[in-house]
Amino acid sequence: MSAVSIRVTVNGTPFEREVEPRTHLADFLRHDLGLTGTHLGCEHGVCGACSVLVDGRAVRGCLMLAVQADGAEVTTVEGLAQVEQLNPLQEAFREFHALQCGFCTPGMLTTLMQLLEEHPEPSEEMLREELSGNLCRCTGYAGIIRAAMKAAPLLKAQRENAA
Amino acid sequence: MTTRFFGARVQRVEDGALVTGAGRFTDDIKLKETLSAAFVRSPFAHARIVSIDASAAKEMPGVHLVLTAADLPAAWRDKRLPLDVPAPAIRHPLTQFPLAADEVCFCGEAVAVVVADNRALAEDAAEQVMVEYDPLPAVVDCRTALAPDGPLAQTSVADNLAAKWVNEYGDIERAFAGAAHVIAEDYFQHRGTGCPLEPRAVLAQYDRAGDSLTVWSATQAPHGIKRAIVDMFDIADTQVRVIAPDVGGGFGPKLLTYPEEIVIPHCARLIGRPVKWIEDRREHMMSTAQERDQLWSVRMALDADGRILGLRGTLLHDTGAFLPWGIIMPYISATTFPGPYVVPAYRLDTSVVFTNKISTSPMRGAGRPQAVFAVERLLDRAAQVLGLDRAEIRRRNLIPAEAMPYKVGLIYRDGQPLTYDSGDYPQCQQMALDTADWAGFEARRAKARAEGRHLGIGLANYVEGTGLGPFEGATARLLPSGRILLRTGAASQGQGHRTVLAQIAADAFGVAVDEVDVEVGDTASVSVGVGAFASRLMVNAGSAVDTSSQTLALKLRQIAAAVLDAELDDIELSGGVARVMGTQGGQISFREIAKMSSGRPGFSLPRGIEPGLEATSFFAPPQAAYSNGSHVAEVEVDPETGLVKVTRYVVAHDCGRVINPLLVDGQIQGGVAHGIGNAIMERMRYDEAGNPQTTSLADYLLPDAGNVPNVEIVHMESPSPLNPLGVKGAGEGGTIPAAAAIASAIEDALSPFGVKILDAPMLPETIAMLVKNAQAQKDAR
Repeated sequence: MSAVSIRVTVNGTPFEREVEPRTHLADFLRHDLGLTGTHLGCEHGVCGACSVLVDGRAVRGCLMLAVQADGAEVTTVEGLAQVEQLNPLQEAFREFHALQCGFCTPGMLTTLMQLLEEHPEPSEEMLREELSGNLCRCTGYAGIIRAAMKAAPLLKAQRENAA
Repeated sequence: MTTRFFGARVQRVEDGALVTGAGRFTDDIKLKETLSAAFVRSPFAHARIVSIDASAAKEMPGVHLVLTAADLPAAWRDKRLPLDVPAPAIRHPLTQFPLAADEVCFCGEAVAVVVADNRALAEDAAEQVMVEYDPLPAVVDCRTALAPDGPLAQTSVADNLAAKWVNEYGDIERAFAGAAHVIAEDYFQHRGTGCPLEPRAVLAQYDRAGDSLTVWSATQAPHGIKRAIVDMFDIADTQVRVIAPDVGGGFGPKLLTYPEEIVIPHCARLIGRPVKWIEDRREHMMSTAQERDQLWSVRMALDADGRILGLRGTLLHDTGAFLPWGIIMPYISATTFPGPYVVPAYRLDTSVVFTNKISTSPMRGAGRPQAVFAVERLLDRAAQVLGLDRAEIRRRNLIPAEAMPYKVGLIYRDGQPLTYDSGDYPQCQQMALDTADWAGFEARRAKARAEGRHLGIGLANYVEGTGLGPFEGATARLLPSGRILLRTGAASQGQGHRTVLAQIAADAFGVAVDEVDVEVGDTASVSVGVGAFASRLMVNAGSAVDTSSQTLALKLRQIAAAVLDAELDDIELSGGVARVMGTQGGQISFREIAKMSSGRPGFSLPRGIEPGLEATSFFAPPQAAYSNGSHVAEVEVDPETGLVKVTRYVVAHDCGRVINPLLVDGQIQGGVAHGIGNAIMERMRYDEAGNPQTTSLADYLLPDAGNVPNVEIVHMESPSPLNPLGVKGAGEGGTIPAAAAIASAIEDALSPFGVKILDAPMLPETIAMLVKNAQAQKDAR
């Protein structure tokens, strides 16, 4: 298969790479760009571990081809923290023990970043519904929901300060 | 010893890396020139291998190596993977071959491996390996495995009975002869998968100059893999290092040594380049061990007041195609059945049978959930028959606190008399009932019924042998920087061991938790280690860390006393210095002590102090420490669709002294989620030919955020007298009684229909059918 040239901006850094058409976005991020924070749990679009933000929207990295990301802005878990400073959601994950093995965590964080931006004052019920596409085998979700509830207003304030 | 961190809700030291994408899982390790492997697996549950033609695959671009069993070392011809835990009751000690040679015994068994430039090419080539099979009849259901003239699951042995034994005590015949009531039922628990979010993964690197192997694996037991590699390759211990880096969940199945953990290192040795294999989810559902297929045909004898006189019956355990972990799991089941109750007489006949499915091995709960399900269902039925409240019949049978330590009458898997070391089971149940407002449930039920909804409540108790030996070791060392380094044989898959072990050491040295570095999961770190299973690490590794830290802390104080010319008793460790207590005293920093002790010319160590700022100790518990707990589940059931929603879940829990409540609560919440999956969602389906049908996460349902309520957790702390910390294990108690409590609640919710719940999982279609059948029966009358 002949490689295709793509341009993509990942966590603010522009890249130009040749990729095979069959390479999916998550493998491209992990193996071509070395951004191994994005994890693959099922490779068939159910578990949500590989979720990344493409132009601000959470997508499954295993269901999107790298060539489809041509021209897009991608944010991975590596792009969530400011320099030396965890963002409020990452902080809350630590505070509420919202992760154990940490394998699903990058997908949880990216999914929640979009969710909490669209719903700055979420209800617990809504969060549980929306997060049902991200599986975690360790935590039983309680810590994740608590962390999201705590982080929601803090992220909102951060966005308002930045604006 | 001050205890600033022991018992505190300390946030984890692991999290900083994991929330920023800086974790280091096996597939994240990038070695130069790494090749990728893919396995060719059997599409049949049982078949003879007629021929394998790998010529086309070998010619494909990017392919470096294709191996079948015929290409493996001659010494492996009849060599199966080691069976780590042999037992006299095992009749056919069959484990897997590295690659199947003549016969495949489950769908997913590896028959060939392809190594190529990348994973996609390896998978392309694996599809071109042509294997001709001659299908054989398969044993699919363990309930028919012992049928006379039925098919054999393994043609190398004469029958499907892998093992058989009896556990008994007391006069069982008399108990049943004198009973006012005998309850008899059959219960079946179906298998599921551990399903850690990170599948299995192996990376092997061969160093030709040193003739040594380094293997990274997503495993719970790096030392076990090392032993297996040493055994299979017949090389020296010093030639193998196994590292479990960050591991994305374990839950039991990652405890075994698998064929891939032998074959991938072999490929790396042959090629001289690193070789990596990453399991995909479909492979995980087909080739990673599963658990829980058991049939219990059991009877309970009770007196007129509902007191248990005896328990007896048979246990049929499906081990799948092999016995990778011997009979550990069914043995745990057979000795867990009496539970927290006074059972004067007991006899259980256990048969372990082969089937043509992936092997079973311990998975969160390890045989206990099934046993708890059996005894708790029997008690619920007895309560119905006697007209007693389900909590009351348990109250009459729970072992009273004053009977502790309590000898059950059985021998546990550690070879010791099964003795519950401490606890107050009646009080624990009461705490759960109070928290769940058990007494107020009927009002809630009535209110819901008025709205056309069916609520139910259920209760289940359990006891769990935790902290099994034989031992775990730990080394504490003062580094030149003044930081403390802990090395243990422990391996971690998300439990937060580094944090908790650091808490223990931090208290001993009077430093902050982040002043302690903890190495886990590396065989180069500690010479021997056992692994993470049976909720054993806090008891074993925790105690070893405590003793080694205390020993080294004493040495630091001795050195400081000599240097500062003070009495030992006046020296305290605090904030990274050793100082003379009181305002006038001097002090010396850990860093300075490290410098002095590293062999500075002109400085002699105080008399009687050996060089080296390091202490190693091993902790070998005299027997298991028994955690216990009581779960109360409240559910809403839709009788028409069979849909169950767990609306409320309470856990009263006693795991001895709690080192970090944040983490123990997390273990319980996560364990309950796993139990909810086992109870109402997770079913590993096979067709009648033994082909797995649920090999994606779209077909095999795991609990999601909408299925798991926030568990209300209350703690009791009955310290274990068996280890210096007074701790017991906490990793599995959330799962163990969950299916039993939820079954009880579903049956309660459906009491208007007279439905009996005898099996797990209870999927919506099963429940809807039970309701329909019960109504049809009613109408027929």
